[in-house]
Amino acid sequence: MIVFLIKRLANAVLVMLAVALMAFMIFRFAGDPVELMANEQMSQADRLELREKLGLNDPFLTQYVRFVVNAAQGDFGISYRNGQDVMTLIAERFPATMELALVATVLSLLIGIPLGVLTAIHRGRWYSEGLQFVSIIGVSLPSFVVGILLILVFAVSLGLVPAFGRGDVVQIGWWSTGLLTASGRASLLLPSFALALYQITLVMRLVRAEMMEVLRSDFVKFARARGVPRWRINFRHALRNCLMPVVTMTAMNVGSLIAFALITETVFQWPGMGMLFIQAVTFLDIPVMAGYLCIVSFIFVTLNTLVDIAYAVIDPRLRDATR
Amino acid sequence: MTDQAQETTTTAKIGRLARWRQSDLWWSFTRSPSAIAGALILLVLIAAAFAAPLIAPQNPFDPAQLDLWNSELPPIWQADGQWPYILGTDTQGRDMLSAILYGSRISILIGVCSVILSLTVGLSLGLVAGYFGGIVDNILMRIGDVLLSIPTILIAILVSAVARQMLPPELRDVGSGAVLVLAITLSAWVQYARTVRAQTIVERGKEYVQAARLLKTPARRIMLNHILPNTLTPIMVAATLNFGMAILTEATLSFLGIGMPPSQPSLGTLIRLGNQFLFSGVWWIVLFPVLQLCLLVVSVNLLGDWLRDALNPKLR
Repeated sequence: MIVFLIKRLANAVLVMLAVALMAFMIFRFAGDPVELMANEQMSQADRLELREKLGLNDPFLTQYVRFVVNAAQGDFGISYRNGQDVMTLIAERFPATMELALVATVLSLLIGIPLGVLTAIHRGRWYSEGLQFVSIIGVSLPSFVVGILLILVFAVSLGLVPAFGRGDVVQIGWWSTGLLTASGRASLLLPSFALALYQITLVMRLVRAEMMEVLRSDFVKFARARGVPRWRINFRHALRNCLMPVVTMTAMNVGSLIAFALITETVFQWPGMGMLFIQAVTFLDIPVMAGYLCIVSFIFVTLNTLVDIAYAVIDPRLRDATR
Repeated sequence: MTDQAQETTTTAKIGRLARWRQSDLWWSFTRSPSAIAGALILLVLIAAAFAAPLIAPQNPFDPAQLDLWNSELPPIWQADGQWPYILGTDTQGRDMLSAILYGSRISILIGVCSVILSLTVGLSLGLVAGYFGGIVDNILMRIGDVLLSIPTILIAILVSAVARQMLPPELRDVGSGAVLVLAITLSAWVQYARTVRAQTIVERGKEYVQAARLLKTPARRIMLNHILPNTLTPIMVAATLNFGMAILTEATLSFLGIGMPPSQPSLGTLIRLGNQFLFSGVWWIVLFPVLQLCLLVVSVNLLGDWLRDALNPKLR
């Protein structure tokens, strides 16, 4: 077990180092940092001095090691665009994105699981076949299209909910939340649903497939024979046995939700990390890009590693299988 | 001599067609309404997109044909609609139908190119890694692991943004198609490489490969002529589904403003331009490109879903 743990952690560290290398390469080779930071009046001598101060004359490896050491301490330098500390910028936007991703996760479970159960136990009925078909469409629709359609219907035509921004937020320590105000909750509705839709279809299909398998198993037949009520078989006996893979998938997908949130955030003008990143990309604000890449990858890799380790703790057979 | 050769090829062709008509795949295709619907829609869309110069009422790239008097016309079934602007016009007087047809052509082209390129890269790296194993395999699969541990959309965005920056400014608009293909390829090849590698490792141990080795067949020949055909079934499914993904990635990047420029709009660019007028009541500028994109991707996915089930030996 300890060997597995060390291997898995070493793997995660390696991946993070590779990600840092990518971020560093962008830093170093997409445009000259000095040219990007310098203004028109700077003399040649000033530029050389800046180059020396930034350590750009050091060997590649030294620069990379320095980048990794700084990044591990949360120091990604300062933004080219407005001169603020990158970590502060990202930390400001972090709660907005996390709130969006977490609400979307909760939504996907609350909607996806019942729909999956429904389509599994009423297989062949018109509504479950219809839902199956809708789920293919749901997988096919890119999230920005879902967002635009939602805005057109619910904000422009019906005028029910706000289409952009976060509404009023309440500051709790360094965390800002929109969940405590009415306008904040209303603003959260459309973006979180747009982000969740893909996840809903995934959860629904997974629950459906698992349910259909479990419903055929002997213990369900036995429960039926004992005369256990229908709903109790479906929800107490069968559904419980389907939830493990659902929980795993949900945990692993929180990372992708955070990444995909950047599209939803652009559509809904949601002031999160993703919008910061897209603005940085259009202005080629490389420190912000590198910082975002490292932080999102870190969340992604951490979640995957935790899920893997949790699985190995639960099921010892996997410790050998993943070698 | 040449006549004879030609004759054999034609009989082979007829034989192949007849064989195809009798195959399990064709049989399952004729039995699946969603696959037929997907194939038909896709054919119509592709044909319309590539016949765009012939059937579009207007060339949306030619400023001489744009007339500001005709800007923001609604679709033809609304009160102010005007012939021949069936789907209305945008704020510059560009006919939406023409823009969509030309835009689909760009989207489909980029999709096809990036699938072909990522197939080529993925297949060759996967074959080499699986066949030779050892250190090559290790390095390639480590790179794959790293790429898979970052969300694909992030890779595509970064590659696209950085590659564009490295191009000289006068080439940026012209080269954006190539940059997109590169970005999509870099985020998609791993999947092919992994599939082929796994299959290659299985095939490598089989008797026919050992026999070919004993005959001193060159490694390249064994890989291409003997192993590759046996790995193609899962690859076909992945390629179909990835074609849809590639179109979506392109549309997403263009929508975010780091894809095709407004001078050569793809569907994603059209949606981005239309999105700016979402609140001014001119809904048709954004809605029709959105619908076209959905139709395109849904039809590809219907086809891919069917192919996956049809080629799955467990479900036969």
